Amino acid sequence: MIPFTVLTARACPLPFESIDTDQLIPARFMQRTRAEGYGDALLFDRRHDAAGLPVPGFPLNEPRFAGAEILVARRNFGGGSSREAAVYALADAGFRCVLAPSFGDIFAANAVNNGLLPARIAEAEGERLLHLLAQGLPSVTIDLEACMVVAGELRCSFAIDPVPRVKLLNGWDDLDLTESYATERAAYVARDAEQRPWASVCGPRRSHAGSAPGTGCPEPVRAFRE
Amino acid sequence: MTKPCTLFDKVWDAHAVVEREDGQTLLWIDRHFVHEGSHHAFAKLAARGTSLLRPDLTFGVADHYVPTRNRSQPIADEGIRAMVDRLRRNTAASGVTLFGLDDPRQGIVHVAAPEQGLSLPGLTIVCGDSHTSTHGAYGALAFGIGASDVAHVLATQTLWQRRPRTLLVQVDGTLPPGISAKDLALTIVGRLGADGARGHAIEYAGAAVRALSMEGRLTLCNLSIESGARCGMVAPDETTIADIGGRPFAPSGETWARAVEAWRALPGDAGAVHDRTLALDAAEVAPTVSWGISAEDVLPVDASVPDPAGIADPAHAGHVREAIEYMGLRAGQKLEEIRVDRVFIGSCTNARIEDLREAAAVLQGRRATVPGLVAPGSTPVKRRAEAEGLDRVFTEAGLDWVDSGCSMCVGMNGDLLRSGERCASTTNRNFKGRQGPGSRTHLMSPAMAAAAAVTGRLTDVRRLREGRA
Repeated sequence: MIPFTVLTARACPLPFESIDTDQLIPARFMQRTRAEGYGDALLFDRRHDAAGLPVPGFPLNEPRFAGAEILVARRNFGGGSSREAAVYALADAGFRCVLAPSFGDIFAANAVNNGLLPARIAEAEGERLLHLLAQGLPSVTIDLEACMVVAGELRCSFAIDPVPRVKLLNGWDDLDLTESYATERAAYVARDAEQRPWASVCGPRRSHAGSAPGTGCPEPVRAFRE
Repeated sequence: MTKPCTLFDKVWDAHAVVEREDGQTLLWIDRHFVHEGSHHAFAKLAARGTSLLRPDLTFGVADHYVPTRNRSQPIADEGIRAMVDRLRRNTAASGVTLFGLDDPRQGIVHVAAPEQGLSLPGLTIVCGDSHTSTHGAYGALAFGIGASDVAHVLATQTLWQRRPRTLLVQVDGTLPPGISAKDLALTIVGRLGADGARGHAIEYAGAAVRALSMEGRLTLCNLSIESGARCGMVAPDETTIADIGGRPFAPSGETWARAVEAWRALPGDAGAVHDRTLALDAAEVAPTVSWGISAEDVLPVDASVPDPAGIADPAHAGHVREAIEYMGLRAGQKLEEIRVDRVFIGSCTNARIEDLREAAAVLQGRRATVPGLVAPGSTPVKRRAEAEGLDRVFTEAGLDWVDSGCSMCVGMNGDLLRSGERCASTTNRNFKGRQGPGSRTHLMSPAMAAAAAVTGRLTDVRRLREGRA
C-alpha cells in the first residue's frame, strides 16, 4: 500500500448523513473482480436517475469537483453492510481520504486496509468545511502526521485511532505483521486446546486432511429443532 | 481480588493471542463463515500464494446470490451462476466444508450456522457480513468484517482488533402481548441512533431479554449493527444451553459437560462495569416500523411522519427531508395511512421458524391484498414450516413460498422491488436502493408484515389479532 503522509487535493462536498455502503456501491455491481475496477459504480444510484442519466447538481457529477481526492460528508458515513467494495469504489474513483463526523466501524477498518484515510472531524467544523467547498474553495490539505486539516481559513484537527494512523503512515499490511507472531499463535492454540476442548469443531467431518481432530462428536442428530 | 468481568471481557480475554502496547489485540477466531461475496478474500490469498491455516474452522454457505425459485434448474443468470460456482470452487480447493445450493443444511449463514450448532457461547465468530452480530445471541463474540480481514482470517485464523468499549442495554419488565423482539430491536436502534453504538460491544440484559426465545435473541443481536455496534451479546443461560444440545456440530458426551460448565461461568460477574448503559422499560415498546432511509428512522406504528420544520439541527433536518422525499411521504402523514405495494418475509433478521409461525398466525384464514414473498431462513426451516403446514397458510393467503436465501433483503439474487415500489419487510436495512434501485423499505416484525399484507398498508397488528387467540 502507498503510505499516506500529507495530501493536498481538491475536495468534494457530500452534504448528506448516513451515506451507507449500499449507496456507495449498489449490490448489483459486486460480482466484479478487484481487477475489473469499481470506480464507475461509486454512488451509482445517487449519481444517476432511473434512466441512467447523470443527476444534475449531484456534487460528484459537477465538473468543479472532478478529480477530487478528498470527500467531505456528514455523520455515519459508511455504515451498514461490511462490503469492502464500498472502499474499492472510493479508491478506484481516486479518493484517498473521507472526512466525516463518524464512520461505520467496519467501513473504517476496510478503508485503512486499502490505504484510504477515514478522518473524523467535529460536526461544526465539518459543516464549515462543507460550506467553504460549496463556495469554491479550490483545495484542502490533510496532514496525517499532525492530524490536521487546512482548508483556506479553516484549520482544525481530525481524529483517527493511533494504530490505523501508523498503518496508513507506513502503508503497512496486517498479514505481514501477523506472521511475525506465529510462535505466540502456536502457543495459544496448544494452551487453548487444553482449556476449551469444546471449542473445536465437532460433528460431521469432511474429507479434508490436516484439520484439528474433533473430540467426542457424534454424527448429526437432526437438522432443526424438534 | 481480580476485577469483576463482563461477559464481553471474558470472551475477549480468552481469545487474546498477543496484546500489544499500542492497544491492538491479536484475537484467535474460533469460527469463520464465508459466502459467495467472499471471493475477494480467496483471490487475495491466491495472489499472495498463501493457503488457509485452519480450513476446519471455516464453513461456506451459499446464501447471498442463490435463486429462491427453480432450484432444480441451472441458474439462469450468468453472473449469479458464476458467483455460486466461484464459492464452490474456492471452498473445494481449500478444504472448507460448504453448505451449498443443493445441501439440505443450506440457508442464510446467520440462520444455518446456529441451526447446525456451529455458533456456541464463548466463541469468536466472524464473517464477511455485517449481520454476523446475530450469533452473539449465544453469548459469542461475533462481528462482521471486510474482505481484507476475511483474507487475514483465512491465512492466520486471527484478527487484529482494538478492544471496543461496552454498552449495556438493560431491558427490564415484560414486553406487552404481541410485541416481538423485532419491535424491541428497532426501538433500541431508534434510541441509540444509527451510529450511537459505534465502537461498542452491546450486551443485552434484563428480564425482557431473558424471557426471549433463542429466535428472539438472534433477531435482537442481528440488529446491533444498525446502531453501529461492533457486536451484540446475550449471556448464555438455560434457554441457550437447551437450544444447543443435540445440534449436529455441538459438543457431546464428556465434551458437552465441560462446555456447559464453561458456558455457565460466562455471564458477567457481580459488580462488572460497562462503559455506558441504556435502560429501557419493555412495557413501553410498541409495534414499531421504520419510515425513512436509516434504521434509526423508526416510530411506533400509531405515530406520524416527522416534520423537518420542527428539527433544529440543520444536518438532521436535511436527513429527514431527504428521507421523506425518497420515501414518497408527507411530513405529518399518519404511518398507518401509508400504502404498500409488496411484502417480504425473510432474511437473517426474521426468517426462523418462530418468525414464520407469527406471520402465519396473522395470515391464517385471510387473503393478502398485495403480492408478497416468504423466503425461509434455511432449508431446514423450510422443511419444518412445511411439516407444520405454514407454507399452505402463506400460499392460500396469496403469497409466494420460495426457497431459502438472502433474497429480497439485499437483492443480489434478482429478487427485487421495482423503482418506487414500497415494501413492508421483515429485513434489517431500509437504506436507499437496498431492495433495488428506487425501492422503498419499511422495516417491521413478521406479524406486522403479515398485517400489512392483509390490509395493504402499515397496520397495527394488534387490531388483526382481536378476537383471535
